[in-house]
Amino acid sequence: MIEAHGLVKRYGSTTAVNDLSFSIRPGLVTGFLGPNGAGKTTTMRMILGLDAPTQGSVTVDGRGYRDLPAPMREVGALLDAKALHGGRRAFDHLLCLAQSNGIPRSRVDEVLRIVGLEGVARRRVKGFSLGMGQRLGIASALLGDPPVLIFDEPVNGLDPDGIHWVRTLLRALAAEGRTVLVSSHLMSEMALTADHLLVIGKGRLIADTSVDEFVRSSSQQSVHVRSPQAAELAARCREAGATVGVGTDPDLIEITGLDSAEVGRLAAAHGIILFELIPVKASLEEAFMELTRERVEYQAAGATR
Amino acid sequence: MTDAAIARAGPDHRAAFRAATFGDALRSEWTKLRSVRSTFWALTATVVLGIGLGAAISAAAAHGYAKLSVSGKLSWDPTGVSTSGMAIASLAIAVLGVLCISSEYSSGMISTSLIAVPKRGRVLAAKSLVFAVVTFVVGEVTSFTAFFVGQALISGPAPHAALGDPGVARAVVGAGLVLTALAVLSVAAGTLLRHPPAAIACMIAVLFVLPGIAQALPDSWRNPVTEFWPTQAGSQLTNVYHSAHTLQPWPGFGVMCLFVAIVYAIAWTLLDRRDA
Repeated sequence: MIEAHGLVKRYGSTTAVNDLSFSIRPGLVTGFLGPNGAGKTTTMRMILGLDAPTQGSVTVDGRGYRDLPAPMREVGALLDAKALHGGRRAFDHLLCLAQSNGIPRSRVDEVLRIVGLEGVARRRVKGFSLGMGQRLGIASALLGDPPVLIFDEPVNGLDPDGIHWVRTLLRALAAEGRTVLVSSHLMSEMALTADHLLVIGKGRLIADTSVDEFVRSSSQQSVHVRSPQAAELAARCREAGATVGVGTDPDLIEITGLDSAEVGRLAAAHGIILFELIPVKASLEEAFMELTRERVEYQAAGATR
Repeated sequence: MTDAAIARAGPDHRAAFRAATFGDALRSEWTKLRSVRSTFWALTATVVLGIGLGAAISAAAAHGYAKLSVSGKLSWDPTGVSTSGMAIASLAIAVLGVLCISSEYSSGMISTSLIAVPKRGRVLAAKSLVFAVVTFVVGEVTSFTAFFVGQALISGPAPHAALGDPGVARAVVGAGLVLTALAVLSVAAGTLLRHPPAAIACMIAVLFVLPGIAQALPDSWRNPVTEFWPTQAGSQLTNVYHSAHTLQPWPGFGVMCLFVAIVYAIAWTLLDRRDA
């Protein structure tokens, strides 16, 4: 269980995290979602005691991270897979971390086997690919077999096999009753991995909800219709209270506020011929973009609509 | 955490769960130090430079002894001459000391280290203690070897020293002690400055540049600098002959240790307070 109360982090005049409160429950994969620069990493660094909050507090199982007697036994974390000394062998990297928390050497071999790096344990990590680096980072998080796990963008740089592996691992860890917090800027990834979502934008909490509910509440559904009598249908739909969008093609309209069955009945009632009737469900990605549009830190000028 | 939460996570080895200790941190830092190649090369450089340069300087000085003035012969210090290579060798220790923490900042490893051991003072204490012990061992081996090699080369053309002569054993042991104090100072400098090039430049300034500049100053400025500049003061411990405007051996070393303690305290405080 990770609990944050009114977390604020300011750097000079910039507010990276603004009044964030949440609690992350065991047994679920909680996706921490937001565009780049939204404050995900800063929040994770505050949970792990690396950065001090300007205001507010965050606890892991009721204690501040820096007060945990054997932190790696209680929290496993992967922040940045490249954050290691390139000249060190993979085994020694894990060994020095294990020793710092009194974790036996045999556990190092064990986690190397879990992540599939036993064959390169004696190689210096400088030569590792991004994917191997991510696996090594995950291995270090698993060293203490902790009940709480925190991963910052763990699938970055992984190939499809690797992504599938991480996804399965995260789900398995949560199924064992652990608390799993995983950040991503990709909604599509979270839709496949997470049970619960914390969405942030510009340091503020936008949504704290289950994945299903998030999609339902924020996705706009519409109906695309192609008809030689599109103008007439548009008028009828407006009378029924729908919003109708007309593009460059006069035969093509987009109706929101009515579902496809209602549009079909309306057309039949007025003898309107339909060539196409397509229900369009916004993807998760679109729902996410919709929600965070106002809150993106860095936005290309052309992308603003 | 409730018992239920542990049971749900269910790993068997958590039966052996105990709080992490300072001893754990020491083992971890020892593994870190021995598992990178720069440690091996820097320590090799320390030994080779300390003994090799000491031998070369001893041989050259011994051959020049006959041509020395009377005052030059009076201040002839065969012990100090034989271990003088260690002043240059100390650069290798300073670089290694700076790197053993600042390279964690440049690579990002420091985040990983502080997540593993969030009690930051423990990380710094363990790191400095491990490095100080290693430096002490290497320093004493180098110092004694350089002394014996140097005396063998000096004897004949010039008067040489024996370990039993007054102040000689203290000076030879002292050369290793000064190196150890320097090792702790460089770990503190690396912690304070965090950027390897900046911290190394700073150590070179403290060791060589500022004392060198002082030599160009008028006597009224130069003398207090030679007397109290931490590394100059500390080096009195390594000499048998006591020259004018310098502190006595142990007070001199005391000044150096005080300086190291102050820098270390600042580094400790900043490490604890700053965002990692």
